Amino acid sequence: MLRRFRIVFSTLVLICFFLVFVDFRSIIPTAYFNILLYLQFIPSAIKFLDIATWAAAGFFIVLVLTLLTGRTYCSFLCPLGIGQDLFSRIGGRFKKKFRRYGFKRPFTILRYSLLALTVIVTLIWGIYMITLLDPYSIFGRFMTYFAKPAVLYINNFLAGILGKFDIYTLSNVPVKRFALIAYSIPAAFFILVGTLSFTKGRLYCNMICPVGTLLGLLSKVSLLRIKFNETACTRCGRCALGCKSSCIDFLNHDIDVTRCVDCFNCLNTCQEKALSYGFVSLKKKVHETDESRRKVIAGSILMLLGSSSVSKGQQKSAPTPKKDSTVKENKTYPVCPPGGVGIADFNKYCTACSLCINACPNGVLQPALSQYGLAGLMQPVMDYHKSFCTYNCTICTEICPTNALKPLILEAKKLTQIGKTIFIKDNCIVKTEKTNCGACSESCPTKAVHMIPYEGNLLIPETTDDICIGCGHCEFACPTVPYKAIFVNGNPKHVAAKKPVNVESEIKTPVDFPF
Amino acid sequence: MKRRDFFKTSVGAGLAAGAALSLGGYEKLWASAPSVARYDMVAVMGGNPDAMFDLGIQELGGMSTFVQKGQKVLIKPNIGWDVIPELAANTNPLLVKRIVEHCLKAGAKEVYVFDHTLDNWVNCYKNSGIERAAKAAGAKVVPGNSESYYQQIEIPGGIKLQSAKVHQLLLETDVFINVPVLKNHESIRMTCCLKNTMGLVWNRGYWHSNNLNQCIADYALYEKKPALNVIDCYNVMVKHGPQGVSKEDVVLMKSQILTSDWVAGDAAGAKMLGIPTEQIEYIPIAHKMGLGNMNLDSLNIKRIKM
Repeated sequence: MLRRFRIVFSTLVLICFFLVFVDFRSIIPTAYFNILLYLQFIPSAIKFLDIATWAAAGFFIVLVLTLLTGRTYCSFLCPLGIGQDLFSRIGGRFKKKFRRYGFKRPFTILRYSLLALTVIVTLIWGIYMITLLDPYSIFGRFMTYFAKPAVLYINNFLAGILGKFDIYTLSNVPVKRFALIAYSIPAAFFILVGTLSFTKGRLYCNMICPVGTLLGLLSKVSLLRIKFNETACTRCGRCALGCKSSCIDFLNHDIDVTRCVDCFNCLNTCQEKALSYGFVSLKKKVHETDESRRKVIAGSILMLLGSSSVSKGQQKSAPTPKKDSTVKENKTYPVCPPGGVGIADFNKYCTACSLCINACPNGVLQPALSQYGLAGLMQPVMDYHKSFCTYNCTICTEICPTNALKPLILEAKKLTQIGKTIFIKDNCIVKTEKTNCGACSESCPTKAVHMIPYEGNLLIPETTDDICIGCGHCEFACPTVPYKAIFVNGNPKHVAAKKPVNVESEIKTPVDFPF
Repeated sequence: MKRRDFFKTSVGAGLAAGAALSLGGYEKLWASAPSVARYDMVAVMGGNPDAMFDLGIQELGGMSTFVQKGQKVLIKPNIGWDVIPELAANTNPLLVKRIVEHCLKAGAKEVYVFDHTLDNWVNCYKNSGIERAAKAAGAKVVPGNSESYYQQIEIPGGIKLQSAKVHQLLLETDVFINVPVLKNHESIRMTCCLKNTMGLVWNRGYWHSNNLNQCIADYALYEKKPALNVIDCYNVMVKHGPQGVSKEDVVLMKSQILTSDWVAGDAAGAKMLGIPTEQIEYIPIAHKMGLGNMNLDSLNIKRIKM
């Protein structure tokens, strides 16, 4: 019963996550994103550090849930965990007989070291380890780098067929590929997590995942857990053979709660009904309590909570702001998405889950390679050679689960300057070819790029910094190669742009035809 | 205009077309459209976009002058920008709707509407109001956002532009109706009939970097020419074009120009905006290439004030 509930529930969760990440037609309202992402442990914790309201208290609910029920989060809510269960199931089909997991010793040193390392690195240097190991973000990258393109290719194939029949309900969506090297880390993790889950069940969760290790520690004092009825048990060992976490030591009637993910498979496997899920007996609880361990748990939580506020005082790994940008042709700063407040702030909170990269209707967000430095690896960066930031859109700011991108209303976004446009006259068609172009000015939504008289009848661009918002439409539209004649240099700190001033025209409603 | 009046007009137009047929103009209907029309240009002023079109197309002998029963029609408005209709960066949706209705009434088998937008196409189609209006009238609204919809064509005689990738619909349809909105264009001074063709092609960056004025004129050489250009001058963006910044850029002109000669259409548009025709370089270039007549004085123009 519990197992069936788990399977149905987790399947729904996985489907929802899948849909949210591959929703290339922006069908799902952003409010639903937030509901789904509310209970994701790491994103919620980071968001809480930033805004500290109930709107970001999902991680706290997860902690309470773990204290009550054990690592149910790992089986019910974690998309990477559920995905691994799916892989394990497929892997099981390939075995000739049913797969035997069996009891294994835990990788105690490795997993606690990784947890400690994650906490320490986060505390001292920044978000690197969390970016790398947060299970939700890993899942997000799998979806972004592999699942969504696959869905797009299927869509485009179907759209092609329907188009032949004059039906245009599906439209072709060009697949924007990332730089090849951007795929390396997600691909490595896909191979790692995929292979481990295919052959060894939840080994990744119990060996590497810092969230799994942390929740495992908390599970030691959880109220509900899997129990043995020692008199009913015949020590047949079926439970241990079917345990994805390899955590049932049936000979000693011991279950390693730090590794048990509450999948409830064992409850169904046991023919004697010797296993049950219920309140832990008082006797056992006292027996397991260990002061030093509790301190570790409490310490870990405190460290996680305190990490950001401490790291705020640390040196920023991203470039520090300069007043004026004088370097031409080269971007001195990358452009970080609107809502990011500034490059350093953004780098600190983003776990590179890539949800925004998926949700962006224009595909302007690309995973950063070296633009932000190592701290910002795989974090979204505006790539104006690929696309531009559409003026009437705030989707990325609405869905960010960690609040690295803070919500902006449309009017505010239209006045948020994320970068400034720089014109390189020597590259411009109008100067080099002596012909009209103006693709940049044509695209500019604020007319920060406008045309002024040049030689003869020619017009050439001129820029007004204070009304430019750095959307990059000019850079995208500029036809020169290999270097653009106009580009956007990122603002290390986002600032408010001035509202374009506009006056009524002298041209009035005509009373007669002028011809 | 009431629905009843509209029907009457349509019947009248049908009769006129029938009369034209019985008078032996049958071959002419199959020849290029301009020779059939009674006027080189019809300019209407003072009404709503749909009412002005009803009048204007009636003067040209009704839509059946241009669209035969069973034909497939492509209507190419300007849907380039993600802005609301009031800001007039896109063709008026009411006008698009009414043209679709006329085409279907004339017996068109299918009417298609599309544009290769500059902003995000989904938002452009939606926020311009054109997608809904065209669909309501019975048109098929087709995406133009992906290169896979475009096919290579040759433009013999083009000076700068000898080939282009055009939307497959242009090749698959029988009649092409160009429905630009007249706008100031800061980069090339004006966008109207000829400039609107940049939304038919995929690789327009090439145009920008290879003498834009010449490329715009060169494209007009391509064999698939518009049977009719309907220039929306209801709300006209007189500065900060082609996208506009705010409503201050827009002037209510309540006008519409219908012509089969797109060079003449552009010349008339230039007059509406008060720009000397020579300044809009692609107009004299196209005129010299024999693609149309920019000398409005030598044209037979019907002017109507409502």
